[in-house]
Amino acid sequence: MDLALGFSVALSLQNLAYCFAGVALGTLIGVLPGIGPLTTIGLLFPLTFYLPPLPSLIMLAGIYYGAQYGGAITSVLLNLPGETASAVTCLDGYQMARQGRAGAALATAALASFLAGCIGTLLIALAGPPLGEWALAFGPAEYFSLMLMGLVGSAVLPQGDAVKGLAMVVLGLLIGVVGTDVNSGAVRYDFGVPELTDGIGFTVLAVGLFAVAEIVMNLESRVPQAAFTGRVSQLMPSVSDLKASFWPALRGTGVGAFFGILPGTGPALSSFAAYMLEKKLAREPARFGAGAIEGVASPEAANNAAAQTSFIPTLTLGIPGTAVMTLMLGAMIMQGVTPGPQVISEKPELFWGIVASMWIGNLMLLVLNLPLVGVWVRLLRVPYRWLFPSIVMFCCIGNYAVNNNPVDVYLCAFVGVLGYVLVKLKCEPAPLLLGYVLGPLMEEYLRRAMLLSRGDPMVFFTRPISLGFMVATLLVLAIMLKGLWRRPDQRA
Amino acid sequence: VHLHRDVIAGTLFILIGWFALAHARGYPVGSAMRMGPGYFPVVLGALLILLGAWIGLRAFRSHDWQPIVWGWKPLAWITAAMLLFGFLMPRFGLIPALAVMFPVAAAAGRDFRWKEVLVLTAVMCAFAGGVFVFGLKLPYRLFAF
Repeated sequence: MDLALGFSVALSLQNLAYCFAGVALGTLIGVLPGIGPLTTIGLLFPLTFYLPPLPSLIMLAGIYYGAQYGGAITSVLLNLPGETASAVTCLDGYQMARQGRAGAALATAALASFLAGCIGTLLIALAGPPLGEWALAFGPAEYFSLMLMGLVGSAVLPQGDAVKGLAMVVLGLLIGVVGTDVNSGAVRYDFGVPELTDGIGFTVLAVGLFAVAEIVMNLESRVPQAAFTGRVSQLMPSVSDLKASFWPALRGTGVGAFFGILPGTGPALSSFAAYMLEKKLAREPARFGAGAIEGVASPEAANNAAAQTSFIPTLTLGIPGTAVMTLMLGAMIMQGVTPGPQVISEKPELFWGIVASMWIGNLMLLVLNLPLVGVWVRLLRVPYRWLFPSIVMFCCIGNYAVNNNPVDVYLCAFVGVLGYVLVKLKCEPAPLLLGYVLGPLMEEYLRRAMLLSRGDPMVFFTRPISLGFMVATLLVLAIMLKGLWRRPDQRA
Repeated sequence: VHLHRDVIAGTLFILIGWFALAHARGYPVGSAMRMGPGYFPVVLGALLILLGAWIGLRAFRSHDWQPIVWGWKPLAWITAAMLLFGFLMPRFGLIPALAVMFPVAAAAGRDFRWKEVLVLTAVMCAFAGGVFVFGLKLPYRLFAF
């Protein structure tokens, strides 16, 4: 059994230690509000440069899981999502915390993540190699349709405005265009700034939109959003909580595993989709957004399942589903591993070692985080007037550290202003970020597909897999169109 | 008379779209079969103008004309703090940049307490130096002048 090989590699004392160090550091940094997994990985990246390939990737994966769970903690307790994927957890998790059920929300998030992690690992072991082969049949047309579906879906945020969501996606795609065009070498929208030839960094955008704009939103509100002052008593969820969240967590795992394996979608989209599914299935949809435990269990499970299965396209095709996977891919290339279908056959210990350590990372998350929730909560009890200048510091250093260049800090400040204005105009920033991440890939696939079809756009509708994605996209659009011309203030 | 927020949002999207279109005219568009670097941005710019117009026009059917309360003051202080950090960091080093950044950022808050800000600045300077320079070995000088 290949998974056994993975466990034998991952269970070596050295790799276990790196996995543990990654999870602990990731949670510690990720729990600081406004610092998402990407910034965390970006900051802790240099630590892994000097390790051999497998331990370095194991540690990075551990950092990722820790940071993700840290993001769930800040989402629940402070309503501050560290990344797109945990933005959904805020909706109900924060409401639960305000009702004094923060402990139950955090434990549910950890348990749902662990459940999803176990199933995700099994799925990779069973279906990873054949699914990787299925995805090999994808041509550019399929990839383009798939990404289109992902973007349109992300525009229909829960409680959001669909037209504004679409506009934000397009704006994100445009921001993704900035920089050197891989096909022609032409530099677009650089305005004479040499740093812009490499494009606008993900950290710049994510930190500016979510951290900087968020700080200003918090500061201007009448009652300043204080740091968490309540108590997290009764950590374990009640039996009825567990019952209520079991099936949503399983469904979330299914949704997440599905979206994760499709390259270009990943955790962010899957947590939105899982949340929407639960809202649709619920007997009383009105409870969502008001502290429904399903609204925490399902997206957290989806998030984690997708994080796990999105390693498949990254490892087998060399196509990262998310920005975090892009970083992992960069680390692999830096370590001299060429990603592609040959990784499973040529370096089985690397592929299966990472898969196994993902499960171990999940277990550590549960063992480390549930007993330590009290410690993390104490970190959050720092008053906001001490915290926000420190977050600004992390924003500055985090951006500066990417290229050791002040321009990234300036750009981030500018994006912060833009993000603040957009939030004030009730435009959700999350679809913008997804558009930005998928933009360059999407343009590339559009070009290749149209080149192969000699300029005939019907190629997206004649190939069966692509047609499936297109039909799904049109269905989502049709559902949206029903509400598009409705008055913006008249929303269910 | 104030503008509906969707009128502002729509106008903003139209302006950005128009800006993108105007700039993309400098890049070769190519054909549907062989797309030039201008093709994708032109399509996106046009799409953004359409969506912006939709959002803006839709607002006139709205009854919710509550004014937006802008928080320019905290926005200005936070932005200034980041710009100052970016400016000072390569010229004077990490500690001076942070020593300026912290009070400026803290000025964005509701109650500004000098003593607290001074202590916070000192503690976080020590923390940042310890973690980033000595711990993570990022190639920054504490003092660079």
